[in-house]
Amino acid sequence: MSQSHRIDGGLIDRSRALHFRFNGKTYQGHPGDTLASALLANGVRLMGRSFKYHRPRGPISAGSEEPNALVELRSGARQEPNTRATTAELFDGLDARSQNHVGPLSFDLLAVNDRLSPFFAAGFYYKTFMWPKAFWEKLYEPMIRRAAGLGSLTKEADPDLYDKGFLHCDLLIIGGGPAGLAAALTAGRAGANVILADEDFVLGGRLNAETFTLGDASGSDWASATVAELAAMPNVRVMARTTVLGAFDHGIFGALERVSDHLLQPAAGKPRQILWRIYAGRSLLCAGATERPIAFENNDRPGIMLASALRSYANRWAALPGKEVAIFTNNDDGHRTATDLLAKGIKVAAVIDSRKTDAPRTNRYEVLAGALVSGASGRLGLSGVEVRLPGGETRTIACQALGVSGGWNPNVHLTCHQRGRPVWDEALAAFVPGGVLPAGMSVAGAAAGTLSTAGALSSGAAGAVKALADLGIRAKPADLPEAEDAPVRIAPLFHVPGKGRAWLDQQNDVTVKDVKLAHQEGYVSVEHLKRYTTLGMATDQGKTANIGGLAVMAEMTGKSIPETGTTIFRPPYTPVAIGALAGRSAGKDFRPTRLTPSHKWAAEQGAVFVEVGMWLRAQWFPRPGETHWRQSVDREVLATRKSVGICDVTTLGKIDVQGTDAAEFLNRIYANPFAKLAVGKVRYGLMLREDGMAMDDGTTARLAEDHFVMTTTTANAVGVYRHMEFCRQCLWPDMDVQIISTTEAWAQYSVAGPNARRLLQKIIDPAFDISNEAFPYMGCGEITVCGGLRARLFRISFSGELAFEIAVPTRYGDALIRRMVEAGKEFDAVVYGTEALGVMRIEKGHAAGNELNGTSTALNLGMGGMVSKKKDSIGSTLSEREGLNREDALGLVGFRPVNPAETFAAGSHLIGKGDVANAANDQGYLTSVCFSPNLGYTIGLGYLKNGAARKGEVLRAVNPVQNAETLVEVVSAHFVDPEGERLRA
Amino acid sequence: MIIPHPLLGPRDSQEFTYLGDADLIDRPDWQAENAADRFYEYLYLRDNPAGEHRELWFHEQGDRSWLVVTRDTVTHEISKVELARDVARARGRSK
Repeated sequence: MSQSHRIDGGLIDRSRALHFRFNGKTYQGHPGDTLASALLANGVRLMGRSFKYHRPRGPISAGSEEPNALVELRSGARQEPNTRATTAELFDGLDARSQNHVGPLSFDLLAVNDRLSPFFAAGFYYKTFMWPKAFWEKLYEPMIRRAAGLGSLTKEADPDLYDKGFLHCDLLIIGGGPAGLAAALTAGRAGANVILADEDFVLGGRLNAETFTLGDASGSDWASATVAELAAMPNVRVMARTTVLGAFDHGIFGALERVSDHLLQPAAGKPRQILWRIYAGRSLLCAGATERPIAFENNDRPGIMLASALRSYANRWAALPGKEVAIFTNNDDGHRTATDLLAKGIKVAAVIDSRKTDAPRTNRYEVLAGALVSGASGRLGLSGVEVRLPGGETRTIACQALGVSGGWNPNVHLTCHQRGRPVWDEALAAFVPGGVLPAGMSVAGAAAGTLSTAGALSSGAAGAVKALADLGIRAKPADLPEAEDAPVRIAPLFHVPGKGRAWLDQQNDVTVKDVKLAHQEGYVSVEHLKRYTTLGMATDQGKTANIGGLAVMAEMTGKSIPETGTTIFRPPYTPVAIGALAGRSAGKDFRPTRLTPSHKWAAEQGAVFVEVGMWLRAQWFPRPGETHWRQSVDREVLATRKSVGICDVTTLGKIDVQGTDAAEFLNRIYANPFAKLAVGKVRYGLMLREDGMAMDDGTTARLAEDHFVMTTTTANAVGVYRHMEFCRQCLWPDMDVQIISTTEAWAQYSVAGPNARRLLQKIIDPAFDISNEAFPYMGCGEITVCGGLRARLFRISFSGELAFEIAVPTRYGDALIRRMVEAGKEFDAVVYGTEALGVMRIEKGHAAGNELNGTSTALNLGMGGMVSKKKDSIGSTLSEREGLNREDALGLVGFRPVNPAETFAAGSHLIGKGDVANAANDQGYLTSVCFSPNLGYTIGLGYLKNGAARKGEVLRAVNPVQNAETLVEVVSAHFVDPEGERLRA
Repeated sequence: MIIPHPLLGPRDSQEFTYLGDADLIDRPDWQAENAADRFYEYLYLRDNPAGEHRELWFHEQGDRSWLVVTRDTVTHEISKVELARDVARARGRSK
């Protein structure tokens, strides 16, 4: 396939051909091309369809501001919609498809929307589909959803890696055009730590797209020589393909580096993109400027583009959208395009300059001064423009390309990210940075409104000197080459009056008429205008559209543009893939997985694991022949209660508390007294929040006068620790108490059941007597096991059985469980998981997370009496509030089915026998329910109004979700061994 | 944001956990005459200023210091960072 529209020159490597596909057809381009430039070189102007009206569209720009040429890139799992053809770097094997059409691109069936445009005017959502009401859900909404949206997503998982990285620098320079390069040279030569980032794959900005010289060199040669010098400096990091997306607080920036997007697929082990967080002492925004269009009827025809883009395609990429070109301008810059194209031997049909007297005169091409382009023809590609001459007569000019220049808008975007508000500059007829800029940011070059190359160079160098001076680094401006220094000469013109549709926002299909309609309907504030018409709300954030829309609104209201308002910009500067924001935190790596020391052993046993916070815990241990989880769990429960069971409880939070005030500290952290706990003893503790609600519970052991070991629930370990540090540092700063989390330091196992002691006696060194007399219930001590290994032993019980918890340093956890299982063989010991643990604690009536649910008080839990009134503790004062102490307050009780064959579910609500099941008759709810293999029927714990006084009553456990209802009897929460004889055995 | 930790220098705010108004340091005396009212005010009534705000941050992914950060809620400018323990002592708290 010939590159019919390729001309001479350009920064492309013609020695190599790259093959690529667009809509199934194969083309050729060269290294250095973008997809857009390669398509234009192949005579392809039509690249997509517009969002609402499905109008045929081609690129209007040569950069990231592009609203039209959005394509789906790649296929399969790597398919990416809404990729700008104007920035997609060409590679061999690139496969792209146009989007947003039904049928071929040249004959889109949904283009009927364009004919129906009167129905799709601004605010059409709110008007068109309102009647009849019933049609909305069934007809209108599904139809709109099918038709709306750009591009399509692959439904496959993203196969690529995304990384995150952190960088620090003295000076971050955003943009590598003349200003950025001059700044980087200045700062780099001064020895400052510099990052220079540019979104393009070649640095230089417009220097690569212009024909003028810098000193003796071409712009692009000077840029590449400068980049080479910078790249050789160890203190300068030059980052191409890196878009600085946002300016955040305190000099922090987000930047996306497209590491592998220019390759068919990332090299093995390399990320596709890296999201950098850059910490910059100072930043210099050298983001350049974006040319803006002038709206006129049918100004969206493929082939109509910004004059500077036409120049870029010709000079940098040696590609042209047409053999005959016309220019429409309101300023001198449009003439630069005409001059450059002429120099390339291209026919310039005419330059239509809206300025009557100020238009430059030349005999190299025809200048139609004071004329306006009032229309364009060629639906799938421009064939000619209609020009309204100053006298009123019209003339048609044949051309396949039209370059439009409405002036330049400084790229102020990042200056707005901390709510800086740009200000209007009359001379430029554009907004320049204003208001409060992000901390440490200054602006140079075209972004600051200094549009000449000489101005950009010198302001970049000066900006770097000043920014570094703030940091105490002395720099002198780099010696800079001579460069063009043309003044800006412009007569503002934003749209050509006419009857037809003139496009302001080509991506969201907003026309001049839409803005006028918004004004007519009272949406005059810029923010309302945006939302009503969707102007500037597409993926390009209206980079080429906002000012035009604002100007039309100003015209309608009779106010000036600055009086009408401005729009500010939010991060990100250009769209970012969600994968890049997630980085490595995807799938299983979304957060860390914590494994207990016995995990490997449990996995060997075929344990079924459950996620508990970040932890994986063994849920049950299926044995051969067990086909249902209940079989395993029932067996584990029965075997434990009959003989002995072992359970890994390492995940419980462990906090070491030391100091002469440790006892008093715990006395204030816990609602129940702790000051007088004897050394060698353990006590159950209930912790309240300051509002009187139960926060957490656990046991705390006193190992020495000034040394306690606390346990917390698995889920609350982090929060409890944080709370204790708050109390220690903020409330009682002079207490002599030190705390540290030791959750990861100790592997801890519960050994429960009538044979627990006998099993442990085989493990614990004989020097330690753990008989009931020497080591009674709620005793604790430091011991050694297995011939001298230091360990801790606590005689506590969650299951209600004779039980111990034994702790060894984490690295011995695996060995200990293997040793205990071996020692337990003679007792038919089982290892049980969290499910059996839960069954046994429900049988025993112990509260857990389901009961400590953030809305329960000590009184609700049946522990009202534990809250000491004789001391200050967190939550004690507010727990006395009247509303929390009503007579009919919820109380924790047990439930069993009246008919033992029936079952019920946790979450069921308790309703009186004859009452309607509604909120008004709600008497409480079930928190924990399980099948008790010891009792042979379902049991439950739950909160019931005035529960303690209602034992024996029969209520209905109503479960509207599953449409179930069971008669239940209120019983004691202690289903097994209510007297506590077993645990004291 | 970057929080200049008084002991560790500038740290990214991601290392911290936020709690809220530094007035939480001024926990009332449980034996005061109107203790119930004072605890109610202490726990539930907070100012919500647009401007300077003194607030508690916990260096959870760091040295576990509680800090009192004086921050402008409009601009996010941080004008002062103190160890909460020092602030608590200065406000008369001890044991």
